[in-house]
Amino acid sequence: MRHLLSTADLSHAEAVRVLDVAEQMAATQQREIKKLPTLRGRTVVNLFFEDSTRTRISFETAAKRLSADVITFSAKGSSVSKGESLKDTALTLQAMGADAVVIRHGSSGAPLRLARSGWTSGAVLNAGDGTHEHPTQALLDAFTLRRHLVGGGDAADRVGADLAGRHVVVVGDVLHSRVARSNVHLLHVLGARTTLVAPPTLLPIGVETWPCEVSYDLDAALAGDVQGPVDAVMALRVQLERMDAAYFPSAREYSRRYGIDAARLGLLPPHASLLHPGPMNRGLEITAEAADGARSRIVEQVTNGVAVRMAALYLLLAGEDA
Amino acid sequence: MTTTLVRAARPLGAEPRDLLLRDGLVAEVAPPRTLTAPDGARTVEAEGLVALPGLVDLHTHLREPGREDAETVETGTRAAALGGFTAVHAMANTAPVADTAGVVEQVWRLGREAGWCDVRPVGAVTVGLEGQRLAELGAMADSAAGVRVFSDDGKCVFDAVLMRRALEYVKAFDGVVAQHAQEPRLTEGAQMNEGAVSGVLGLRGWPAVAEEAVIARDVLLAGHVGSRLHVCHLSTAGSVEIVRWAKARGVDVTAEVTPHHLLLTDELVRGYDPVYKVNPPLRTDDDVRALRAGVADGTIDVVATDHAPHPVEDKDCEWSAAAMGMTGLETALSVVVQALVEPGHLDWAGVARVMSQTPARIGRVASQGGALQVGEAANLVLVDPAARWTVDPAAMATKGRNSPFAGRELPARVVATFWEGHPTVLDGALHSPNTGPRPAEAGSTWTR
Repeated sequence: MRHLLSTADLSHAEAVRVLDVAEQMAATQQREIKKLPTLRGRTVVNLFFEDSTRTRISFETAAKRLSADVITFSAKGSSVSKGESLKDTALTLQAMGADAVVIRHGSSGAPLRLARSGWTSGAVLNAGDGTHEHPTQALLDAFTLRRHLVGGGDAADRVGADLAGRHVVVVGDVLHSRVARSNVHLLHVLGARTTLVAPPTLLPIGVETWPCEVSYDLDAALAGDVQGPVDAVMALRVQLERMDAAYFPSAREYSRRYGIDAARLGLLPPHASLLHPGPMNRGLEITAEAADGARSRIVEQVTNGVAVRMAALYLLLAGEDA
Repeated sequence: MTTTLVRAARPLGAEPRDLLLRDGLVAEVAPPRTLTAPDGARTVEAEGLVALPGLVDLHTHLREPGREDAETVETGTRAAALGGFTAVHAMANTAPVADTAGVVEQVWRLGREAGWCDVRPVGAVTVGLEGQRLAELGAMADSAAGVRVFSDDGKCVFDAVLMRRALEYVKAFDGVVAQHAQEPRLTEGAQMNEGAVSGVLGLRGWPAVAEEAVIARDVLLAGHVGSRLHVCHLSTAGSVEIVRWAKARGVDVTAEVTPHHLLLTDELVRGYDPVYKVNPPLRTDDDVRALRAGVADGTIDVVATDHAPHPVEDKDCEWSAAAMGMTGLETALSVVVQALVEPGHLDWAGVARVMSQTPARIGRVASQGGALQVGEAANLVLVDPAARWTVDPAAMATKGRNSPFAGRELPARVVATFWEGHPTVLDGALHSPNTGPRPAEAGSTWTR
């Protein structure tokens, strides 16, 4: 891998490799000394044009655990807020010798633009671009699912495995979700089936060309009436501003039709998991009871995020097939 | 005034003829190699070249006044001459907006001083392009610029009452409203064609219906008040159908398409390179096919460039921050040959019709858009149909480097352009501006 821009670019072998390396990274994180010397002397720049405390901290932690030098560049309070362009920011970082640029940007395609423009020679890692993709989120979701759905709890059983035959329901604001796009590509590559559930206003035109099924009926999907029994359900964040743009009439109606609560989780088989990329709107797309319940893997997703981002940085900067 | 003998060119692609250009007019047309050059005349050997009436662009952004960093009348008209144009219609979205007689006369005068082609200013329909009240359309029509085409291009005249009034009002001076059809609410924040590609790329979609709904309303309005309507840059299959239907009902509507919408699709957006960001957006293969068929069957009357130069920094950025628009003057003829002539949709007479004669008629440019007959103004372009060339934006005369055809090999090359008998372009390069006495005053009633 030269860059990590979109899960659509990943082959089956590459995707499984990231998950396998992440397993190794996760194992090191159980030790008392969590830091590895792997990226000593390398510089990772976190370039965050959008606020995202969680993702930024996760990447910072991952890079530091690999002993990289980490520079975090947030748009607020920096020259970016004074009107400096993406190009000039990238050229500045290049001049300072960035080996990898982790970029979060509000404009879809900005990481690809950065990777192809020649403004930086470092590896570009997409940490979420507009409403396009968020590949490390999908990878950590897949990693979490594989841990719960494959093998008997022993890491050795999972190495080399994909998610063949598994079924994931993704419910929420698919139209504006970079998490949904990255997950649809990655779950397809890993052999899983995906069902997207949303009100028709929150599905993009052309969604029928995506490698997944689509339903407007959450209860039917969870009950297995769309693509068979469900192994996991992933709730997406819904922004309340969408209500003002008439995507749905009210928060109450949204919760009633598309919110995850304990009763809906009861439609799932006993082994099924609940995921959410965070941050959650408790009471809107997910109830506290569901979020904090036994099926919830939401806190574990955060832990796994560090291991998966360590794996991504390792493969981009030090991997033998880098 | 210069005298030129053009030897053995093929007028509109027909059998070769010698053409003698004298005193700004086509003085003689005769069988090949039968005319001799008068003393002091220039001879242009045109064996194998096609002669067309000078091209007339109904839709050009010259950016002056206000954005001289993007283009000036001088650089834009140099580009026009190199592209084979002898007249361009300069759109009104300048700063200040061309919504008064003063501004349109300024642009017109700059065009005359530059001397590379006839510059016909387009007047804004509404004050400041703001869609609130009518600009002084009559004053612009009566000015030295003799404005006949009015457009808020870049913005849609969306208020139905205002559009109706504009359509009615310009009848008094034989004007036409050229509508940029874009429903504003459906396209808030829109970044590209809404379809399978926008869904995957996560870019806000620009639905076809936002264009088609306005065109449908406007053809009905034009029919109701008995006015002529021109629709700018059709980009969807549905728009072609609506115009076809309106013409069948007898509505006095004309329609244009850009070269880029005849060749490029939204698949190109996948790399997020803003050189492909344009308004209206690049659409799908089905749309491209429908647009080509629309030109072939006459539903679409003209090809117009929508030449929209931008400074480098407005394109050298992420997609959503980039400006919309593409350059087109220096590639238009070649793209038309590739998209319409080579596949058999148009012959050379058809090219003359859609790129010169019909646009001149719509813009009421009496001295342009002829048929290379004796007595006409000597506006013509010589084209090498066998040439192939690779597009290099850095080598263009326009200030804009935002050509979506960069690096592409295109057919056909402009060899020479004559504006009122004067060679603005010879041997494929700029020759000299036409600053001599003029047989034709722009905006006058001089006729061929």
